[in-house]
Amino acid sequence: MTAVEVAGVGLHRFGRFDGSTTADLGVVAVRRALAEADVGRGGFQAAFCGTAYGGVAAGHRVLGALALTGPPIVDVEAGCASGAAALALGADAIRGGQHDCVLVLGVEKMPRGVIRSSFFPPWREQAGLAATPAYFALRAQRLLADAGLTKADLAAVCVKNRAHGAHNADAMFRSPVTAEAVLGSRVVCEPLHLWMLCSPNEGAAAVVLRRVDAAGGTDGRHPRLAAATLRSHLPGNVLGEDSPLAGLVDDTITAPTTLAATDAYEAAGLGPADLDVVECQDTDAARELLAWQELGLCEPGEQAKHLAAGDHTLGGRLPVNPSGGLLSKGEPLGASALAQVVELVRQLRGEAGARQVEGAAIGLAHTVGRGANASAVILTR
Amino acid sequence: MAAGPVEPAALNLRADGSIALLGGWSPSSGRYHFPRADTCPYTGATDVEPVELSTQGRLWAWTAVTAAPPGYDGPVPYGFGVVELPEGLRVITRLTEADPARLRAGQPMRLVADELAVGANTVVAWAFAPDPSVTEGTDATEAPR
Repeated sequence: MTAVEVAGVGLHRFGRFDGSTTADLGVVAVRRALAEADVGRGGFQAAFCGTAYGGVAAGHRVLGALALTGPPIVDVEAGCASGAAALALGADAIRGGQHDCVLVLGVEKMPRGVIRSSFFPPWREQAGLAATPAYFALRAQRLLADAGLTKADLAAVCVKNRAHGAHNADAMFRSPVTAEAVLGSRVVCEPLHLWMLCSPNEGAAAVVLRRVDAAGGTDGRHPRLAAATLRSHLPGNVLGEDSPLAGLVDDTITAPTTLAATDAYEAAGLGPADLDVVECQDTDAARELLAWQELGLCEPGEQAKHLAAGDHTLGGRLPVNPSGGLLSKGEPLGASALAQVVELVRQLRGEAGARQVEGAAIGLAHTVGRGANASAVILTR
Repeated sequence: MAAGPVEPAALNLRADGSIALLGGWSPSSGRYHFPRADTCPYTGATDVEPVELSTQGRLWAWTAVTAAPPGYDGPVPYGFGVVELPEGLRVITRLTEADPARLRAGQPMRLVADELAVGANTVVAWAFAPDPSVTEGTDATEAPR
């Protein structure tokens, strides 16, 4: 049976790096991943590069700077899931018998300020109907109402993730925050305050995937990629990440995150109860709480109970976003999903330092965003 | 020259200055949609008939945009939300009320024209405004559940 292992990972930390190009960031991540995997020129048969704002042939620019061109290089855009889409393509190419070793990378330098997306026609911007944080805010308001949550619960997510991120040298924000400070930051779009929203920024990540033809466990250094799935939305949800102008009066439409997670659980032969650690999309604090229920980590409406119990805080039953999440790291779209994979690999190897989840053996990474695109990745030790 | 609609496929601007949202109805899928398209966005059916949507609805979600997003020259803050129409549709819309504390779930709303600056020009967008003419809980615009 063909399995896929993570042979090596590399990261360029997330932040703002004036004077560095997208390719510069990618070079750092790729060098580190290839060194970890002990793979050099000719050692991989294809490369898949996730990026949303990187422009034409971003992957070629990275690998060109490293004299690693020659194999096919495929640039992949899938919004916030771009890196995961690249990972899924790479894994499928190995499982399908096409390649033995594949390089997956994600690079991004996001524009500053509110994300401007070519997804929207100009008239929607002119009408004020393309303000991304406003869509997040409407979804947050509905979640608060439907799940019986308050703004204090949103602040608690920020406190949790920023506390985790304080232990992550690769994060953009490394200072813990208090709930009072979160609620004291300015309102961007009610009920979301500035510190409840992640910052678009810059970074890169790389993962080397390799075929394993032996059954059984791993050596503890090279986790298995048990699943990497990508799904788009089913139509009808007015607040879906596909940002339609209208939707149906129907609250039963399955979310793309649930579609991707269900596929991933099935492919890996396990379920949410088996997970030891999760990295999930926290573009805003409410998005993480919604992901808990969409991924099956909790029943709808039970978020407050789990927040109060600290179930998803480091030291709790199932830590979520031990890396600090996007709220600490910031979000470079093409790189963020692969940085989650880097975090899971570190957790499964037991090398996450002060943010280590004790005994982590099974991890899930999740993104969801524009498209809509949702991804789920499961790694096992 | 009079201001035109911000998007002709979504908005009908009448000579008297009133507006209507342009939607579609697919008999085979039994669904309305907005804005009007040749294909029903929920089923893929192509038997779409043009309709003008109801001008009254109920507020389902709302917020206020406090800083001008990219490509937007209109006033800030501005109200932004979702109104449920009796056609079984939830429509993204500007709101004339920019203070979220003055709005509530299920509040009756009515469609109004909203003139916006685009560079040196003016366009007409749609917005929903609180509708004081509707008595709570007794009108026919209550969206089906």
